[in-house]
Amino acid sequence: MHIPEGFINLPTSLGAAALAGGSVWASLRVASRDLKDRLVPFAGLTAAFIFALQMLNFPVAAGTTGHLLGGALAAILLGPWLGIVAVTVVVVIQALLFADGGLVAMGLNVINMAVVTALVGWYVFRAVVKVLPRRPGVLIGALAGAWASVVASSIGFAAQYAVGGVGGVDPGLVFSSMVGVHALVGIGEGLITAAAVGAVLTARPDLVTGTRGLDDLEQAATSLSRKAAGSFVSAGLAVAVALVVFVAPIAGSDPDGLERVAEDTGFAATAEDNAYSGPLADYGVAGLDNDALGTIIAGMVGTGLTFAAGMILVGFARRRSHPAEVA
Amino acid sequence: MSGGHLHALHVHGHSPVHRMAPEAKVAALLVFVLGVVATPREAIWAFGIHAFLLLAVVTFAELPIGFVLRRMTIEIPFVAFTILLPFLGAGPETQVLGIGMSAEGLWGAWNILAKATLGVGASVTLVATTEIPDLLHGFDRLRVPKLFTAIAGFMVRYIDVIAGELQRTRTAMTARGHDPRWLWQVGPLATAAGALFVRSYERGERVHQAMVARGYDGRMPVMDERRATALEWASAMAMPFTAWMTVLLVLVTP
Repeated sequence: MHIPEGFINLPTSLGAAALAGGSVWASLRVASRDLKDRLVPFAGLTAAFIFALQMLNFPVAAGTTGHLLGGALAAILLGPWLGIVAVTVVVVIQALLFADGGLVAMGLNVINMAVVTALVGWYVFRAVVKVLPRRPGVLIGALAGAWASVVASSIGFAAQYAVGGVGGVDPGLVFSSMVGVHALVGIGEGLITAAAVGAVLTARPDLVTGTRGLDDLEQAATSLSRKAAGSFVSAGLAVAVALVVFVAPIAGSDPDGLERVAEDTGFAATAEDNAYSGPLADYGVAGLDNDALGTIIAGMVGTGLTFAAGMILVGFARRRSHPAEVA
Repeated sequence: MSGGHLHALHVHGHSPVHRMAPEAKVAALLVFVLGVVATPREAIWAFGIHAFLLLAVVTFAELPIGFVLRRMTIEIPFVAFTILLPFLGAGPETQVLGIGMSAEGLWGAWNILAKATLGVGASVTLVATTEIPDLLHGFDRLRVPKLFTAIAGFMVRYIDVIAGELQRTRTAMTARGHDPRWLWQVGPLATAAGALFVRSYERGERVHQAMVARGYDGRMPVMDERRATALEWASAMAMPFTAWMTVLLVLVTP
């Protein structure tokens, strides 16, 4: 989502523009030191790739589609610095040529969509592949990095709104609704990023900057140390469950704003209770009166589903132990 | 410059606005949009003046108004979002058509709607009257790092190539029966995205080799040395200057 003109006040926008300008300038320096005279064509072509990728609509569920943000994918494939440069060019061109996102607001958009996504995506990815340095590790890392990048980007937006947003919406409400929605959106981004990184890893492993220095990818899928993987996976699952049990009810009960504010303003009476009425609607389980318990159960189911998605991905990776030709 | 949908952004013409030096136009756009954003939202009449100025430039540039309006529909998703603000905003309520709304939220929605619309209109006008290579030259001359404008130029040049490649891949997949409807069916599509990256990167290698073969040494040659004259600067800046005068008038009047 591109921030338009007038959404965040002028001082905040200008501050963000200065920060974004500095980050991009520094990234350009590092990238041009690494790539020398190859920088211009490479960054240009990759930016065109990301632009094209954002035009590709992926189905989410019957009839609805979403598209990739691509910040984490760019960082994993190109390294964080070239990744920042490439995504920034995309954001700037979108604002300038297609009027998608404001000009004064450009710094805000560059920070959210290029700087934060590339840095968070890269460092989360690197942290995971260091713990689990084989192909399944790379895929889980890409999944985690892309998910974290989308969530961090939404946190960036919420922070900017808290500093200088117009309209007087409770910053807590903006935070919880943005982060909540993007925690779901991020799953799609993560799955697609992981599959795309996997495809590049199969065809041209040398092009995945994020796995440089990890030399054991060749025998990747066949010789995965099951013990290491198992302990990593169970530790991760334990952390996720702990978060759901202890943190989610606290985070969820007070500023669970959309509904709260809607009730305060009398909006709830007119709105039909949610178009989506699945079993996990409102992050609570239908038929349970206890809010905290409901949130925990819903969170558990959500964690379980995410975990299952990750395992399917690993299975997918294992089956492809022979490098296939990607034409 | 190449390609289908980028051409759709430009309206060919020979109006004074079309012929103006790009760096003056780019600077005028930035100064104008800054002025719009700096305008206090309570000064509704000031936005009327901004809109009038913009309309004057559109008329002067001989742009079809329908074209400008069609291009401005890009902001519709955000307009939809601003409708929520009066219901979500905090603070004292006012009654509008018998529905309680937050006054702060209403002002916020107006603020975004007015400023975003003027900003989008101004950008659309600039791009409609300036060819993309000229636009990038304009940024060059405004001291935007050459490296950055050169990368942006390459991106613009290859967007249609890469997007076309993606489109052909999708066509081929659809022809073979791949028609995903759910998130868990997107595997092949994501793999195609990976393949597209490899192709884009390898195309970058080939382009680089071709450039080196033609004497490229890391700097893009400068083709057009024409710079904006003082008269061009003055006429380009007249519009944002008027806008800023309006802003100052608003700020000094109690």
